Amino acid sequence: MSHDHDHHHDHDHSELSETELRVRALETILTEKGYVEPAALDAIIQAYETKIGPHNGARVVAKAWTDPAFKQALLEDGSKAIGTLGHVSRVGDHLVVVENTPERHNMVVCTLCSCYPWEMLGLPPVWYKAAPYRSRAVKDPRGVLADFDVALPKDMEIRVWDSTAETRFLVLPMRPEGTEGWSEEQLAELVTRDSMIGTGFPRTPGAPS
Amino acid sequence: MNGVHDMGGMDGFGKVEPEPNEPMFHEEWEARVLAMVRAMGAAGAFNIDTSRFYRETLPPHVYLSSSYYKKWFLGLEEMLIEKGYLTRDEVAAGHAMQPAKTLKHGKFDLANVERIMVRGKFARPAPAPAKFNIGDRVRARNIHPTTHTRLPRYVRGHVGVVELNHGCHVFPDTAAMELGESPQWLYTVVFEGRDLWGEDGDPTLKVSIDAFEPYLDSA
Repeated sequence: MSHDHDHHHDHDHSELSETELRVRALETILTEKGYVEPAALDAIIQAYETKIGPHNGARVVAKAWTDPAFKQALLEDGSKAIGTLGHVSRVGDHLVVVENTPERHNMVVCTLCSCYPWEMLGLPPVWYKAAPYRSRAVKDPRGVLADFDVALPKDMEIRVWDSTAETRFLVLPMRPEGTEGWSEEQLAELVTRDSMIGTGFPRTPGAPS
Repeated sequence: MNGVHDMGGMDGFGKVEPEPNEPMFHEEWEARVLAMVRAMGAAGAFNIDTSRFYRETLPPHVYLSSSYYKKWFLGLEEMLIEKGYLTRDEVAAGHAMQPAKTLKHGKFDLANVERIMVRGKFARPAPAPAKFNIGDRVRARNIHPTTHTRLPRYVRGHVGVVELNHGCHVFPDTAAMELGESPQWLYTVVFEGRDLWGEDGDPTLKVSIDAFEPYLDSA
């Protein structure tokens, strides 16, 4: 089996794209010059793939839905409140949590690059970092939401937070109806990544996940 | 700088296309680029503002036609060359040929991985009292620096209201150019959608930016 694998790998090598070759060359140089240890690069990637993701944000949201004191603390100082939760990875200073209400819907964008609360949501999706979202979110948010099949009442205020400094924003969506008595763990299952960016809503009970 | 990266309010880029079950990386090399950028930044080769500036400085046609991590890669390579960590000859050869330059925080090894999983701190002690209070009306300055700034074009010249005060933070405009952190007060300033986009704008829209004090005048 290992022979097959090696053969396949060698074969692939001749088909690497120009970009892949350039990236490999850069890593070789950085390694040979003693700037980085490849195993440390592996560990960074592994951390993003396994430890950091929207589940962190979902736990925070579910806790805020069930614990009014935590919710208040979260809205007052997001980083500090999250720091009190041992089971959620720590965040640097200045995570601001913004609450959706029946009167106001919040949406987050970075028009200048790709700023995003990695610790809470993981790495951003391609669309968040791409020109269509970055260009339109601040000018035509309802048009953007339509691309996500999301429609808001006509008179609902839309607040777009353009993340132009190192402050990071997390949307606290409204708790779905029909979840009275649900546990934090059950509620966290309903919280989607997009609902914490403001381009979606949490799942409703009974809907397919 | 008034680069192509400053996209807020531009038309013509088309629909947002969410990708169902998007993978974390679409190509293996994307993950390597992400890791190299994080590692070399943590080792002290550059700060976050400098790395953004190098991506913004890519020629517009390259910026617009490159995937996200390709932009990261091109910015990283150019930045490391210009700062003397490697040479163009080494890049062409694909191997080290010159002695290494000393990194501010030393080699990035396994022992460093844990610390970069927590976001860096950008808050700094205040050198002077804040000029603006929450509720103040402020006008975003009509400035067009040719170097890095975090004041997007679409708010320049417009009046907004200070809503939050985040304290003093590293000032990207100087940090990017390696002219020091020069901490400045940072405010969330909220603008009416119609002030930004005219009478045809969505009447329910409000847009905020995080603005450093030097970006603002009293209005």
